[in-house]
Amino acid sequence: MVTATLSDADLRQRAWEIAARVVDPEIPVLTIADLGVLREVAVRDGRVEVAITPTYSGCPAMDMIALEIDLALEREGFLHPKIRTVLSPAWTTDWISEDGRRKLREYGIAPPLAASSRRALFGVQQVACPQCGSANTELLSEFGSTSCKALWRCKSCREPFDYFKCH
Amino acid sequence: MTVANIQISETPLVLYLLRRADDALILGHRLSEWCGHAPMLEEDMALANMGLDLLGQARELYSYAAKIEANGNDEDKFAYLREVGQYRNLLLVEQPNGDFARTMVRQFFYAAFADLYWRAMMRSRDASLAAIAAKSEKESAYHLRHSSEWIVRLGDGTAESHARAQGAIDDLWAFTGEMFWLDDRERALVDAGIAIDAASLRAPWLKTITNVVSEATLTLPTNNWMQQGGRSGQHSEHLGHLLSELQSMQRTFPGATW
Repeated sequence: MVTATLSDADLRQRAWEIAARVVDPEIPVLTIADLGVLREVAVRDGRVEVAITPTYSGCPAMDMIALEIDLALEREGFLHPKIRTVLSPAWTTDWISEDGRRKLREYGIAPPLAASSRRALFGVQQVACPQCGSANTELLSEFGSTSCKALWRCKSCREPFDYFKCH
Repeated sequence: MTVANIQISETPLVLYLLRRADDALILGHRLSEWCGHAPMLEEDMALANMGLDLLGQARELYSYAAKIEANGNDEDKFAYLREVGQYRNLLLVEQPNGDFARTMVRQFFYAAFADLYWRAMMRSRDASLAAIAAKSEKESAYHLRHSSEWIVRLGDGTAESHARAQGAIDDLWAFTGEMFWLDDRERALVDAGIAIDAASLRAPWLKTITNVVSEATLTLPTNNWMQQGGRSGQHSEHLGHLLSELQSMQRTFPGATW
């Protein structure tokens, strides 16, 4: 184990910080902590257990994220960490942190708008362009480059952009 | 070379989970067949995305079924090592893609059902099912919106698109009744608060369908004779062909991994 002098609480804190630095392979500016995908880190008998939750049922990034967490922890001396997937409560875009939203915008992806709900799912009217800030935008495709995004276009600066769907 | 099919202890809950998982897997596979062939790039992405959602739902349901069954099976064995007669999906979802209108009508009939189904399932007493439902219902809602818009566009489009959409509705209609069918084993799970009473969803489903179809200037058939069999493993000839493609790698190279 890492060191016998650290308490479980210290180990847990260190393991959390390591896991929290893992980024989403599809949106590398966001960490899994920013996204709210990282749910829980626990230490049981000196072994780290990490719980993550998928954004979409079929999100292909989940296997990659689990592998990255495993590798990051192993590199820092946490041997054989256990990574498990939890489905409940179901992830929502509300769990993306404020910092995460800012990073998304800077990366060129419009962050999800209102609090997630069935109304929000269907009610998105105006998404501001992450490039120029204009509200003069239009939906190109309900489904984008990954499960969690839709494709929009700005009619002011003419740039296409991804919108992180409210979910 | 032959690979043995797996044996399954079909307790009521395992059977129930396999029925839902098979619906999602088979429809997801059908949608994946469009990849690279859709009429426009946006639709190619949409169909692949929806197929991926369905595959994700199937994986969660299979994994849960494997856990409940505790018989050494897993999601891959359920998908790759069962023959046609062991599949429990609706006849509707195995019907061939046909043209784009036919794919959209099939998607519309199923999504309108799945949307109601998963939303109701969120109240299941089974925490795992409720959790799977909470993810799936948001995805189904998107699928329903997407296909509804296409039904209207095709029906209220040209004479050609109207005729194709109407033809697909007429042909696929007889497969819709099976969605609302349940047997005694499923009924017992409904009584226990675990499963959803599919029969109770027929009226709200019909309302959704009717609204969209009439906006699309299309009509629903008046003939209500319904075909069923998929839930007990009696399938149309199409499923065998689909499985031969879906399972070809594992049947040819048993246990192959990436």
